[in-house]
Amino acid sequence: MVANVMLVSIISLSSIGAASAIILYFIAQKFKVIEDPRIDVVNEMLPGANCGGCGFAGCRNFAEAIVKATDLSDLNCPVGGNAVMTDIANMLGKAAGTKEPQVAVVRCNGTCENAPKKVQYEGAASCAFAHALSSGDSGCPDGCLGLGDCVASCKFDAMYMDPVTCLPVIIEENCVACGACVKACPRNIIELRNVGKKSRRIYVSCMNTEKGGVARKNCSVACIGCFKCEKECAFDAITIKNNLAYIDYEKCKLCRKCAPVCPTNAIHEINFPPRKEKTEKTTEITEAV
Amino acid sequence: MGGVHPPENKISEKAAIEVLSLPQKAFIPLGQNLGAPAKAVVDKGASVKVGQLIASGEAFISANVHSSVSGKVARIDDVLDHSGYRNKAIVIDVEGDEWEESIDRSPAVIRECNLSSEEIIQKIKEMGIVGLGGATFPTHIKLMVPTGKKAKCLIINGVECEPYLTSDHRLMLEKGEELIIGVTILMKALKVEKAFIGIENNKSDAIENLKRIAADYKGIEVQALKIKYPQGGEKQLIKALIGREVPSGKLPLEVGCVVQNVGTAFAVYEAVQKNKPLIERVVTLTGKSVKKPANYLVRIGTPVNNLIETSGGLPEKTGKIISGGPMMGKAVVSTEVPVVKGTSGILIMNEKESHRPLMSNCIRCARCIGVCPMGLEPVLLAQLSANERWEDAERERILDCIECGSCHFTCPSGRPLLDYLRVGKNKVGQLIRTRAKKI
Repeated sequence: MVANVMLVSIISLSSIGAASAIILYFIAQKFKVIEDPRIDVVNEMLPGANCGGCGFAGCRNFAEAIVKATDLSDLNCPVGGNAVMTDIANMLGKAAGTKEPQVAVVRCNGTCENAPKKVQYEGAASCAFAHALSSGDSGCPDGCLGLGDCVASCKFDAMYMDPVTCLPVIIEENCVACGACVKACPRNIIELRNVGKKSRRIYVSCMNTEKGGVARKNCSVACIGCFKCEKECAFDAITIKNNLAYIDYEKCKLCRKCAPVCPTNAIHEINFPPRKEKTEKTTEITEAV
Repeated sequence: MGGVHPPENKISEKAAIEVLSLPQKAFIPLGQNLGAPAKAVVDKGASVKVGQLIASGEAFISANVHSSVSGKVARIDDVLDHSGYRNKAIVIDVEGDEWEESIDRSPAVIRECNLSSEEIIQKIKEMGIVGLGGATFPTHIKLMVPTGKKAKCLIINGVECEPYLTSDHRLMLEKGEELIIGVTILMKALKVEKAFIGIENNKSDAIENLKRIAADYKGIEVQALKIKYPQGGEKQLIKALIGREVPSGKLPLEVGCVVQNVGTAFAVYEAVQKNKPLIERVVTLTGKSVKKPANYLVRIGTPVNNLIETSGGLPEKTGKIISGGPMMGKAVVSTEVPVVKGTSGILIMNEKESHRPLMSNCIRCARCIGVCPMGLEPVLLAQLSANERWEDAERERILDCIECGSCHFTCPSGRPLLDYLRVGKNKVGQLIRTRAKKI
């Protein structure tokens, strides 16, 4: 009797299982999502940081876009760089675009010394909040607030807040130009600029659009929009708009002529060798014997 | 529902209104109201008289700006406001005190008003009257009832629930008759037969004074209210006086009433009966360390420094200077900032009072939820705001927040809830505006 019950249960459960398996197989076939197998391959080739620097929602999303695109010239992974894009393009049989490597640049030099604090901010420690509540502790409404929203957004350990200057510092070797800090800054102080030949670049380290006299009151190294640099530049790379100079990194030839004419030292040159000092001709005084 | 009991500190309530001396330079911003700033109609070098129109409110939600001094326009320039940002203002070098001839400067009280409702509203618009309770919403727009809605009563806010501030209190005591006439004019503009004036119990002399005067006028009822912050909030006042609750996201007209501050009612009296535009207002100067707490009648555009100097100068160990009260006011970055239409008081806090407690983690005590007068959950809204989840914050009704500060005041962990809410409301507001543009 017992053996009979056991046999019946085994057979009935097995047949239910088999029937379900067959039904599921057919349903799986009918509703199968057909995906291009190349998407997975491309995804493996990408760095996998999911930083969003490409403009897509993660590496997989970017892989889909690459496979679907006919022209790869606009698609670029800042973390992998041109090397990764070329490998992927070769694998897919398409032509890769090349993009100049870029790096994040903090365009403000309002250190605690240059832009002394005039009021004390005691609210939530976030730049987005401080920006919404007041113009900041130095009085410059366009300058760095020093509360570190940018540093917090960096996933590549490429930023830290300098405690002496109260400004964020970019560690060039680690920066992949993903753009997270650019988005995090409520005042658009950080910009992605070309790394430049031999890692050299020149930029105006100020975002202040107030009239020169007003800007200078709050910060000793503010750009006052005096036009001296624009006049000096032989390559039309500098434009003054709203009392503020801007150097176009595509046009800049790194000739270094603009930086010394700036009366407030607002133009910064990075990774250049030190300038040669001009020696004055001296006249020797001979004593009468 | 909700509410807190901050210490009242009405130090300046016995100080009679004192006329403040004229400044040497007046800095009159073009944007002193909710809505679009006005456009300047005078040029550099122009001579202006007190009461002359210097900027015209052209957008729908905008207000006219008049000169509060006589002299020459020095420049039209960016001037510091309380937050440290600069906005366009007309700077006038003050010469003498010449008024426009059309303004009636006599102290006689004029009781009769023979203008029609539309004429009254037009006059209020011309005279640049905005809500003096602090929100500075252009009054003429509030009085224009849209078709489909009907106003059944007028509510006058004499509560002044913010600690330290006493300008409304003094106005009710010293200019009671003019105030009540202003109320009747507003009633005529709205075409209503009934008005309620709500005053908190801590101002018993004002309640008595207004009750006595209102007895001679039809339809005005003065009611004493329990002391609780924020009793002066529009929606809280409506609930207390007529027992109706304004639905979320809607205006008081939804329950048939319009709310105006006592200061606005007085300004309306002066505008309609005396042809006087909004060029001066009562500002309380107060603080525990201030040598002479006072209520000054100040011309718009006077630098805050003038009030501080007249009251004995900045006390030693001053920590903060606040435009407004300790609950909803905003700290100013410099004493050069001018008094504007919305400045109800300047509070000087000493260092000990000024420091914010150290911010630590939320302990989920739910006190903020208990005190919110609008029935919101500040702990949730602040968290959504901090994580930039704007659509979720909108869904959780962050826009219903009246920024009273009760949650911030109560939090035992020192979390800056009001700051988070203000930023959240700003961002959600922007989101809604961009959505509207796309459609």
